[in-house]
Amino acid sequence: MGKCVCIIAEFRHGAFRRVSYEVASEGKRLADALGIGLCAVAVGSGVAEKAAELGRYAVDKVYAVDDPALENYLAEAYVPAIADVIAGCDPAAVILPASVDGKDLGARLAARLKAGLAQDCTRVVCESGKIKAKRPIFAGKCFGWCEWAEGALPVISCRPNVMDCFAPMEDRKAEVEKVAFSVPETRSRVKSMDLDTSGKVELTEAEIIVSGGRGMKGPENYPMLEELAKLLGAAVGASRAAVDSGWRPHADQVGQTGKVVNPNLYIAVGISGAIQHLAGMGSSKFIVAINKDAEAPIFSKADFGVVEDLFSFVPVFTEEIRKLKSTCS
Amino acid sequence: MNVAVLLKQTPDTESVIRIASDGKSVATDDLKWIVNPYDEFAVEAALRLKEKHGGSVTIISCGPQRVVESIRTALAMGADTGVLIDDPALEGSDSLGVATALAAAVKEVNPDIVLCGSRAVDYDLAQRGPMVAELLGWPHLALAVTIDSDGNTVTIDRPIEGGKVVLESSLPAVVTFGGSHAVWSPRYASLPGIMKAKKKPLAVKKLADLGVDAAEAGTARVRMTSLEMPVQRAAGRVIDGGQDTAGKAVELVRALHEEAKVI
Repeated sequence: MGKCVCIIAEFRHGAFRRVSYEVASEGKRLADALGIGLCAVAVGSGVAEKAAELGRYAVDKVYAVDDPALENYLAEAYVPAIADVIAGCDPAAVILPASVDGKDLGARLAARLKAGLAQDCTRVVCESGKIKAKRPIFAGKCFGWCEWAEGALPVISCRPNVMDCFAPMEDRKAEVEKVAFSVPETRSRVKSMDLDTSGKVELTEAEIIVSGGRGMKGPENYPMLEELAKLLGAAVGASRAAVDSGWRPHADQVGQTGKVVNPNLYIAVGISGAIQHLAGMGSSKFIVAINKDAEAPIFSKADFGVVEDLFSFVPVFTEEIRKLKSTCS
Repeated sequence: MNVAVLLKQTPDTESVIRIASDGKSVATDDLKWIVNPYDEFAVEAALRLKEKHGGSVTIISCGPQRVVESIRTALAMGADTGVLIDDPALEGSDSLGVATALAAAVKEVNPDIVLCGSRAVDYDLAQRGPMVAELLGWPHLALAVTIDSDGNTVTIDRPIEGGKVVLESSLPAVVTFGGSHAVWSPRYASLPGIMKAKKKPLAVKKLADLGVDAAEAGTARVRMTSLEMPVQRAAGRVIDGGQDTAGKAVELVRALHEEAKVI
């Protein structure tokens, strides 16, 4: 039995990403169930100064690996740093974000520590001292429960936007220990990083998604969805049909090949609902389908369905949203 | 440039998934098997590297005999040789056990670069590529949507939340692939390609042939002990709102705001 639950907090450009707080919250629930403390490892440039903040999310102690050379995530440098801390703090479980970098890090870390990794988990429980984690397979067409062999270290990455994040305890601070680490020479390097500062919402972290499919008929019609999305503070997604036709960038593709999303609200516009698309958005909390074909399979997943031609419906719907937003603000 | 591609066979993405009678595996009796789409992107990228630099492309897979068909598909696309690791010990294993077997096969092939999908569309484990890199002690560049190499280094574009990173590494290295069919447009096998593929070498190996201890590689640290289907959604409501378009729009906004409370 390990001494603590250890989370890996994700730090980018001077701040912890929100998913780090979700992971801390989930880590705290597990630590309480096991009757042990919660510690964190945080790697980055300037992370030591900010590390005490994790105390607001119940972390007792943060091991901070701070070096200007660790500004950007690079597995070759991050993995040895984190593996050393984990070996030193002897955790009962390691929990990290199933973000783009986190999934990558988790796999390499598990191989180094000879640990058992469950990626992209949506639930973690503890039954009579035994840890179990639930994760989607086949992009959410099914779920599997993972269990660990005696003596194997569970490494659990948690899907963003799923775990309940508790309200921060404003005046609580974590103890911070700066860990000495000499950053190794790496053969790989970040040549450049290009972050979109337009305020566009990332699909996998969006609370609302407006998604368009083959029914949109062409790229020239997407500004209609972008306008609606902007009013709602939503991200714009697309079906494989729309991406394969070259109407939308591949990064917008929702589905079994593409991104699996779980927003509070998913608005499917002109999407028939191929099984591989349904797999990618089926776990959305609330689904609206707008399609002129009343027989489209998307309606079987929708909480609210509108059988209408999207070209006449969406502009009217957008105006109604605009009215609502103006009365609310 | 000699390229190795790690390839997994998965059920078609249009498959309906059912839980088998053991409660912890997926029923496979009526599934159609395909090359994992992300691995297919890796095969396409490998063939482009071969076209530019010469050399050979080797396909390495783990699994039962049915996987031969998927390896032949890659050979028909233009890969040169195949290796299938078919060992019953791997059935009880986990990702790290499979990665151990794959890494041993990679060492035998001794390529300049290893390519594979960032994940497979069946179990979405997303572990194989980085684990093989860790076991080999190589760098890895994950989630590539472009790839370029001058023969000594490899460069990729990697999308991250809200942006893009350009990564570079010296060789040898592992690269895992993201993107989509639209990004990679993997080539179809031509008829002559299919004929030629039948005669290309395809070796079937056991773990012992690769010097891997079957007891060790076959031990799972983590395993799936039960499966469950997602909760069925309650039947939805068709928004009517007095039939006309404007009426439906008003009713939908009201329902989303007042009932669902999501806007």
